[in-house]
Amino acid sequence: MRYAARKLLTLLFTMVIVSLLTFAAFSLIPGDPATARLGMDAAPEEVAALREAMGLNRPLGVRYLSWLAGFFTGDLGSSYSYSSSVSALVGQKLPATLALSLLSFSLVVLISIPLGVRSVGRAARRRTDAARTAVNQLLMALPPFFTGILLTWLFGTGLRVFGVRLQLFVPGRLPAFSVHPGGFLLYLLFPAVAVAVPRIAMTVRMLHSTLLREMNQDYVRTSISRGSDRAGVLYRHVLKNAMVPVVAFLAQTMAEVVAGSIVVEQVFSVPGLGRLLLGSIGSRDWPVVQAIVVILAFWVVLAGTVGDLIAQRLDPRLRLGGDRR
Amino acid sequence: MSKRIFALLLLTILLGTVLCGCGGGSAATGSEEQQTSGSAGAAVQGGEITVGIAQDLDKSLDPHLAVTAGTKEVLFNIFEGLVKPTPDDELVPAVAQSYQVSDDRKVYTFTLRDGVTFHSGEAVTADDVIYSIKRCAAAEGDKKPLVEAFSNIQAVESPDPRTVVITLSQPDNEFLSYMTTAIIPRSYANQDTAPVGTGPFKFVSRTAQDSVVLEKYDGYWGTPAYLDRVTFKIIENADALVLALQSGAVDLCTHLTSTQISQLDEAAFTVREGTMNLVQAMYLNNAAAPLNNEKVRQALCWAVDKHAVIDLVSDGHGKAIGSSMYPTLSKYFDDTLTDYYTQDPAKAKALLAEAGYPDGFDLTITVPSNYQPHMDTAQVLAEQLKAVGVNAKIKPVDWNTWVSDVYVGRNFQATVVGVDASYMNARALLERFTAGYGKNFINYSNADYDALFQKALAEGDDAKRAELYRQMEKNLTEHAANVYVQDLADLVAVRKGLDGYRFYPIYVMDLASVHYVK
Repeated sequence: MRYAARKLLTLLFTMVIVSLLTFAAFSLIPGDPATARLGMDAAPEEVAALREAMGLNRPLGVRYLSWLAGFFTGDLGSSYSYSSSVSALVGQKLPATLALSLLSFSLVVLISIPLGVRSVGRAARRRTDAARTAVNQLLMALPPFFTGILLTWLFGTGLRVFGVRLQLFVPGRLPAFSVHPGGFLLYLLFPAVAVAVPRIAMTVRMLHSTLLREMNQDYVRTSISRGSDRAGVLYRHVLKNAMVPVVAFLAQTMAEVVAGSIVVEQVFSVPGLGRLLLGSIGSRDWPVVQAIVVILAFWVVLAGTVGDLIAQRLDPRLRLGGDRR
Repeated sequence: MSKRIFALLLLTILLGTVLCGCGGGSAATGSEEQQTSGSAGAAVQGGEITVGIAQDLDKSLDPHLAVTAGTKEVLFNIFEGLVKPTPDDELVPAVAQSYQVSDDRKVYTFTLRDGVTFHSGEAVTADDVIYSIKRCAAAEGDKKPLVEAFSNIQAVESPDPRTVVITLSQPDNEFLSYMTTAIIPRSYANQDTAPVGTGPFKFVSRTAQDSVVLEKYDGYWGTPAYLDRVTFKIIENADALVLALQSGAVDLCTHLTSTQISQLDEAAFTVREGTMNLVQAMYLNNAAAPLNNEKVRQALCWAVDKHAVIDLVSDGHGKAIGSSMYPTLSKYFDDTLTDYYTQDPAKAKALLAEAGYPDGFDLTITVPSNYQPHMDTAQVLAEQLKAVGVNAKIKPVDWNTWVSDVYVGRNFQATVVGVDASYMNARALLERFTAGYGKNFINYSNADYDALFQKALAEGDDAKRAELYRQMEKNLTEHAANVYVQDLADLVAVRKGLDGYRFYPIYVMDLASVHYVK
């Protein structure tokens, strides 16, 4: 309980710090929301009047505190560039990003763990090992936007390979989940793959090396010499021990896929948080940026906490009360 | 083991292909039929298209408050003024049926057209017209009128329900071109979010950063639109936009670059070429040293080869210009100025030496980085300037920084952008360089120029006034106010089976004439 309370406090603290930093950054960069809205031919007097109306002339501290007060009472303010409240706007865009992130995270978990285990399952064959490492290295370096463009070109433009039309989705035409859930998920599968590929490669490599290290431990040798078969030991004992650092890494991946989604949303025209974030930075729509950044901070801290909790379940040594540093 | 996984992957992909093929079958055959029939057939009523646009619209969809060109070009389909522009550089009556101008050019009398209705179904009355014009002419306190030329209006009256009389305090022959200002209903509060006008299309819905949907207005007074429904799809990323065209998600897209066009499948698209109707130039801050020296500015002009820029940046698409006027405003365009300066590095160096900069100088070119054509042009110009010893450095900034620092703050040396005209007249392009004008961001100050402008305003004869405007253009060229480059090519990709897209001499996108062909 104490642990949960402490985590919650850390979460709130992180979100406040992040929002303060965003706020500070926003007051530093050039460009003015009032000018952005009125356009280049607005008279200075009009800009001044709008700044007053938007409350931009109040001191920085007051502006931040009034936002913070709103935040704790559930009022995120209203957008500068759309006639809509921030919560409505973000609520509209959140599902797509959430779906995309969860999809790519599932891909990472479902693909990398079996692959990683397989990579040590058989006696390591040198040649395939070298080839696998090379491929892995390459995949790790693939930026999601590049994979995204490649996937769109292959499966989105109606390319014909041996007379077979490869078009699996229509870029820029994301079906609504309520109307066509299958089409929605199929569309998001491609950006999800683009985000997942480098993270899968990293997870596989990590699992590979931790598994190899565990396999050389004394208890494994003892177990095998007692007559247990190698695969049995791997699944029953080694995997559980090797998973502890991997879980921490997966928690980090959980946060990372959201960042990846934000980039990839641009390539696949997914109407999600990423496009809203970039657009809002461009139009100096501070309330929207602030809200999204806080949501992302929340997500990152949450992922870390969940990772910790799972690691504790896996490794009783980490569970020794609240005294863990 | 890995073989099995690979097989599984292949199977999944195959299954996906088959399933997908089934789902989209009927739609695909429909569009293929249209493709095979060619583009020379008869116009078909009905159908819907998706138009790709590269940026979201303004916060407000109110036509009088619209700021960006990208918003105005979409709203053009929803709204009309008393008169409206045509592709042939003309103004034709729209909400008005006819108009008369008094001999002293101070009284404009408009007779309203019968049967013009707003999208709400209500008929347009003289009161709506008066409301719309007064709204744009209103100058309360510090606020300037929404349409600056309307400050000249003395009175707007309606002697009878079908007539509106506008009286000006000063004679103005170009006043008609400002009468394209949208007529909106006087008692309607939601113009911001659900605009209502009299145009061929009515507004249906808007989703932030995603789309804007319009539908054909059945009660339109004039030639109705062919299409039943138009969806503007917002796709900011240039590559994503091309992919959306290729895949069939987008049917029509304007303002494409030659790089984007070259990625498209030629069999599936017709590419139409017009011009953007803007003056792309390296705008120089005439008040900042060393550019306050006319010889330095002229040296920059002699150092540059605009035709090479056009070839390198847009494969030769685009029209070279020599002053603040683009060719589609044919009445005012003076082609003799285009090659007033030709590339001559020796002359440029000599002028720089005369001005006291024999070894050149450092020049910072601030460019809004979200506009690729301007960035590309700046790169080429910078290289050309290096050849005469001017050490040009490009400083990319985002759009909002550009507006506040360069355009409003005038804190820059040189910048590459395109300047457009919101109204179809020369004044819109040339007035901005008169000394006291609020938008004279290059700080151009030339007494002859200002005098010519006053004369042009007072001149009643069309031809004589055009001549005065041409003299103003020549003044800008001779004094090297800016390094003029081109009117960028406007490349439009139209899916085969669609036709009827027309270019206008101002920055608008007219979809009423677009139709499928049989």
